[in-house]
Amino acid sequence: MKTLLKKIYDWVDERVEIQGLVEYMGKKYVPVHPHSIWYYFGGVSLFLFIIQVVTGILLLLYYKSGEELAFESINFIMSKVQFGWLIRSIHSWTANLFILSAMIHMFSVYFEKAYRKPREITWVTGMLMFFLLLGFGFSGYLLPWNELAFFATKVGTDIAGVVPVIGKPLLIFLRSGEEVTGATLSRFFGFHVAVLPGIFTVFLAIHLLLVQRQGMSEPLHISSKSERKTMPFFPNFILRDLTLWLLVLNLLAILAVFFPWELGKKADPFAPAPAGIKPEWYFLYMFQTLKYIPGKLWFLDGEVLGILLFGIAGLLWTVVPFWDHKSARGEQNRFVNYLGIFAVLYIIIFTIIGWLA
Amino acid sequence: MNSHMKDGQPVNEKKRDFLKIILSGGVLAFIGAVVYPILAYLIPPKEAEVVVSSVKAGKLNEIAKDSGKIIKFGTKPVILIRTANDELRAFSATCTHLDCTVQYRKDFGTIWCACHNGKYDLNGRNISGPPPRPLDEFRVTIQGDDILISKKA
Repeated sequence: MKTLLKKIYDWVDERVEIQGLVEYMGKKYVPVHPHSIWYYFGGVSLFLFIIQVVTGILLLLYYKSGEELAFESINFIMSKVQFGWLIRSIHSWTANLFILSAMIHMFSVYFEKAYRKPREITWVTGMLMFFLLLGFGFSGYLLPWNELAFFATKVGTDIAGVVPVIGKPLLIFLRSGEEVTGATLSRFFGFHVAVLPGIFTVFLAIHLLLVQRQGMSEPLHISSKSERKTMPFFPNFILRDLTLWLLVLNLLAILAVFFPWELGKKADPFAPAPAGIKPEWYFLYMFQTLKYIPGKLWFLDGEVLGILLFGIAGLLWTVVPFWDHKSARGEQNRFVNYLGIFAVLYIIIFTIIGWLA
Repeated sequence: MNSHMKDGQPVNEKKRDFLKIILSGGVLAFIGAVVYPILAYLIPPKEAEVVVSSVKAGKLNEIAKDSGKIIKFGTKPVILIRTANDELRAFSATCTHLDCTVQYRKDFGTIWCACHNGKYDLNGRNISGPPPRPLDEFRVTIQGDDILISKKA
C-alpha cells in the first residue's frame, strides 16, 4: 500500500514537481500566543463554505425555480425526499452559522490589526467575500418563495432602488422588472447558484493563497517580544482545525435535527405583510435603524440617509488597512479599537432591540 | 524631423501613432461590441401591461363593517376598507415607505404596515412611522350590489 502511494506520488512529482510545495508546507509554522484561538474562525468559515457547496448541490437536484414550483419543490424535498428535511435544514442553518463565523473572523482580524501591511489584499478579499455572503443570504432567502421571503425581497430591493442615480436601474435589474415576481425568483436563483459562487471562489482562492504565502499575522504587542512560540502547521494545527470542524458539524446536526428550519406560508402577492415580519438576524440591525430614521430628514428621504450612512461605514471598514497608518508602523491605534467596539456594540444592541420588538 | 533611429532603421513616429490609434480604437470597439449586448440582455423587456381602470371588488355584503381587504387591481394590490361608520374607501395597498403591503388594523382604527410599523389614517394620510407620503386614493362606487373600484382621474 505504502509503496503504491509512493509510486503515485513519484509519478506526479516527476511530471509537476510538487516536492518543493510539500517541503514548503512542512516548514510552515503557526504562532502560539494567548490570542491564537482567533486563528480558527477562518478555517471554520471555510468548512461551512464547503458544507454549503455540498448541500447546495444536493438541493439543486430537486429544487425548481418559478412562482408555481419553488415553494412546492421545497415542500417536496422536506416531506418526500429521503433526508431532504435534513439537507435543507443543514443548508439553512449553515448559512446563518457561516455569516456568524465570518463575522467573528472579521472582527478578530480587525481588532488584532492583522489587516495591516503586508496583508491588505487578504483583508479586502475577505471583506468582498463577506458582502457576497450577505448577497448569498439575501438571494437564497427568496428561493423557497414564502411569505416572509417575498416581503423581505420587496423591502431589500426597494432599498437598493433609493440609491441616488443608479437606484432605479439597479432595482429593475434585481427584480427583473418593476415588481417582485417569478422573474425575480429566476434571477435570484441564477445569482445564488452561479454568479455569486463563481465570484466567491475567485476571492477565496486569492485569500487562501495569500494566507499560505504570508503565514499568520501576529498581534502587534506580541511580535515585539523576543521569545516566540510556534506550532507546525502540519500536522499540529491542521489536526486542531479538523477537530473543531468535527465539533461544528455536530453542532449543525443538533441544530438541524432539533430546530428544523420552517418553510412558512407560500408567498401571496395580494396578501398584506404579516405582523411581526423581520429579516434574518444579520440584516436586523440595519432594519431596526431604518425604523428609527424619520421619513423625511432635512432634504433627504429617510432611507436614502440610512443607505448612505451604512454604505459609507461599510466602505471605510473595507479600506481600513489604507487609512490606519499607525498599525502599519507597529504602533497602537486606539481610534481603530474604539471604532470597532462601537460597531460591535451597535450591531449587538440594535439586533437585540430588533429581536425583541 | 519627427523620426529617430532604432535597430539601424529610421522610426516613423507618425505611422506608429496611427497604428496605435487604430489598434487601441479597435480594442475598445471590440470590448464595446462584447459588453453592450450583455448589459442590454440584463435589462428585462417591457411587457405590455393591461391597463386596468376599474375592477369589481365583490358584493357589499362580503365586507363587514370595520374591516378591510386586499383587492387585485391589475398587478397591484388595493386595500378596500369599510369603516366603522359604514363608509367605503379604497387606497393603494403598497406602503409608500419600502413597498410592503399594508392592512387594516381594527384595534388601531388605522391602516398599518407590518414591515416598519408605518401608519396611515382612514384618509390614507401617513400619520406615524417612516412612510414619507400618503397612500394614493381610489374611487369607490356602488352599482346595485357590486362594489367598483376605479382610478381617480
